Amino acid sequence: MAEPLDDYIDAVAGALGLPIEDAWKPSVRANLAVTLKMAKMVDEFSLPDEIEPASIYAA
Amino acid sequence: MQLDPVITPEGDWRPASEIAQAVATKKISALAVTEAALARIAQHNPVLNAFTDVTADRARATAKALDAAIAAGQSVGPLAGVPFAVKNLFDVTGLPTRAGSKINRDRPASTRDATLVERMEAAGAVLVGALNMGEYAYDFTGENIHDGPSRNPHDTTRMTGGSSGGSGGAVGGSLVPIALGSDTNGSIRVPSSFCGIFGLKPTYGRLSRARSFPFVASFDHLGPFARSVEDLALSYDAMQGPDAEDAACSTRAVEPVTALIGQDIGGLRIAAAGGYFRKNLFPEAQEAVARVTKALGVTRDIELPEVARARSAAYVISTVEGASLHLDRLRTRPNDFDPAVRDRLLAGAMVPAPLVDRAQKFRRWYRAKVLELFGDVDVIIAPATPCIAPKLGQATFVLDGVELPVRANIGIHTQPISFIGLPVVAVPVPLDPMPIGVQIIAAPWREDIALRVAYALERAGTVAAPRAKGF
Repeated sequence: MAEPLDDYIDAVAGALGLPIEDAWKPSVRANLAVTLKMAKMVDEFSLPDEIEPASIYAA
Repeated sequence: MQLDPVITPEGDWRPASEIAQAVATKKISALAVTEAALARIAQHNPVLNAFTDVTADRARATAKALDAAIAAGQSVGPLAGVPFAVKNLFDVTGLPTRAGSKINRDRPASTRDATLVERMEAAGAVLVGALNMGEYAYDFTGENIHDGPSRNPHDTTRMTGGSSGGSGGAVGGSLVPIALGSDTNGSIRVPSSFCGIFGLKPTYGRLSRARSFPFVASFDHLGPFARSVEDLALSYDAMQGPDAEDAACSTRAVEPVTALIGQDIGGLRIAAAGGYFRKNLFPEAQEAVARVTKALGVTRDIELPEVARARSAAYVISTVEGASLHLDRLRTRPNDFDPAVRDRLLAGAMVPAPLVDRAQKFRRWYRAKVLELFGDVDVIIAPATPCIAPKLGQATFVLDGVELPVRANIGIHTQPISFIGLPVVAVPVPLDPMPIGVQIIAAPWREDIALRVAYALERAGTVAAPRAKGF
């Protein structure tokens, strides 16, 4: 049965030219699921429109 | 030549200041000190696996040059003759900078040392080698599938912690008195905790990263490990200063701390980190924090806001910036990575960009909120790791009846701090049989305050780098 993230992984891997063997996919999928869960937690936090990213660059 | 001027009767290194004084006054030659370090490495490294390269010829040449300068009446630096070693992501002339990887071994040999190596040697220290580490620093265990695991000197069946595992093992096992490492999410503080030594993760931008192999540009820090607070301060002072070759390195003037560490701490406002930092702790970690707060007379907790979210944002930014760094290697040599590291990096390459931008914006918000807290306190005390060093290869531990993955949980208390670049001294609480560390956290650019508190704790006997039996 196809996993929900598999189509996404295949599409991004194709777009970026990343070779992902079938045997690696469960591990990549598991890592991506954890990362997206973490990112969702940050995404859910309301921030003001004006907030700047914490970048390093200074002209 | 007798080693009494540099080695204690118990077999440990004397403080770096005493070693340097003995060398400068010709009580012992720098060459003899170097030979003592090389002999220790030869004897114990087969067990500890801390060193991946021993630069013996270079070390002897450096030491002889130092002895010649002393014989000629020239003044020498505050670390004269003190042996040190560096995590193998620092450029060392003549070595390819492997950064714990198989792939980087194919790089040409470095033609110039990392800035921090140059500064340590300018202060008289003698580089004796490069140290084992987790692949590309994406690691909290100190294990490495290419070079084998670093082993903990207090129990060689246990992890050193990572990713600066060899740095922890080399100083924890007294092979060298000082080592350098890097800390992106905890890679100085975790090995310090597991190996029972002192570690300093300075303010982000304080020490130059020039000519070291990166991991996550937003969070990468370099810093020292030592067996005493004074040795941390001496090495830190030797390495401070602007460096145009690291875009993130601050232009602040050098702010020496060694002369300040003995100042009274009575006027400092100290609180323990509450909430998130009181959770997910094994009894040893609770005991370590309790001993430190009791010794400091801490009576209140302070809540850092949205800590779990900060840790999540650090996780996201780390995996994405790491993936960006390694994108070409993932395309061309995916089978030459540790598969576990490769698969984390491949996943990192797939995170949608707006989520990363939001994580960096959250970082700005979190930084402002935490800096507000420093209007009310000078120092925050927090655990360094949730547990003592796990067994090598251990995948899970059970905490409060819940089975949790070891690798993902070792850094839960360090990540929210390095996320905004606060300076931290990791201090070792010498519990028996395994030590464990505590974080002494200060406001940006106040390494002096964190070191003063660490020094007071050391003088009180609350924290110390215990001698590892058999080393």
